[in-house]
Amino acid sequence: MTEPNFTLIDEGRAVAVAATVDGDRVQLSPAALRAALGWEVKPQGLCKDDRCVPIAARADVVTAAGVDLAGFAAVLSRPLALDVGARAAYFGAAAADRAAQLASLQAPDFTLPDLNGRPHALSDYRGKKVLLVAYASW
Amino acid sequence: MYEELKDYGFTVITVALDKSPDDPRPFIEAAAPTHPSLIDPEHLLADLYRIINVPTVVWIDERGNIVRPNDAAFGSDMFKELTGIDPKPHLDALRAWVKHNELPLAPNNVRDYQVLPTAEEQLARAEFSLAWYLYQLGKPEAAERHFVRAGELAPHDFTIRRGSMPIRGLDPMGPAFAELYSEWIAAGRPYYKVIPLPGR
Repeated sequence: MTEPNFTLIDEGRAVAVAATVDGDRVQLSPAALRAALGWEVKPQGLCKDDRCVPIAARADVVTAAGVDLAGFAAVLSRPLALDVGARAAYFGAAAADRAAQLASLQAPDFTLPDLNGRPHALSDYRGKKVLLVAYASW
Repeated sequence: MYEELKDYGFTVITVALDKSPDDPRPFIEAAAPTHPSLIDPEHLLADLYRIINVPTVVWIDERGNIVRPNDAAFGSDMFKELTGIDPKPHLDALRAWVKHNELPLAPNNVRDYQVLPTAEEQLARAEFSLAWYLYQLGKPEAAERHFVRAGELAPHDFTIRRGSMPIRGLDPMGPAFAELYSEWIAAGRPYYKVIPLPGR
């Protein structure tokens, strides 16, 4: 196993991985992909937990050189921001997942710190009516 | 408002979309709120709720359901002249909900007033998040490329464009903001859907 040379951030969680960088293409070994993001390359496609996404029509995603990061993001319909020079990439949340959560009308839960660093979750306030206010100093 | 309503099974939760706790600290310490007042440098809330400007309010009921989706509302008259938004109709409706359970929208209509995120908007958020990560890593030039890209993908998202200005060394009240604002006006002021409010 080669040394980690690339940072993948999966919705805020950063993981160092060994990647092959070739021009704009970034590729991971299937083992590195599995360790970093939990997705496995299987005969039926890319799989995580009980879910498999077929990749038969996407010959460019998994090659002998590894799993192509941009192709992997495209298969999962997840946004990928990539900086090859800085050796870092950010996987965001799929629009369809965010949209489905909002359309369910169940308020997405979150945990954020106050000024003293104490974490608060929205769900801590279940049983109360909540006025959620986003603001900023800018 | 919070002091008036807090004994009715109600809380306010404020979330500052700021790069550092030091940015909103003067506001928070001056207001000395007894409700949770949280800090969100990663813009997690903007991602989860598709928040594109501040202030944005969302009403969430006792069971954790959204009963009134994203809207612009202010807690005082401070910005009334600047924004043309009178805080009173929203505060009156809030009181009626908290004290008398008067729902602001029929439950079947809440979805009609949501704007759901697009793939392009989510890509803009990923670009913003990568930029913020690179900035914190001490790579401001790499960060700048991705802040710019994020703004191109979501040109009318103030949390991305204006929210990145203090990080990029740009004045959020200066020429960069004037440019953003005039683009937004020219595009027809794209924003949330207008939720009916008695008196608005």
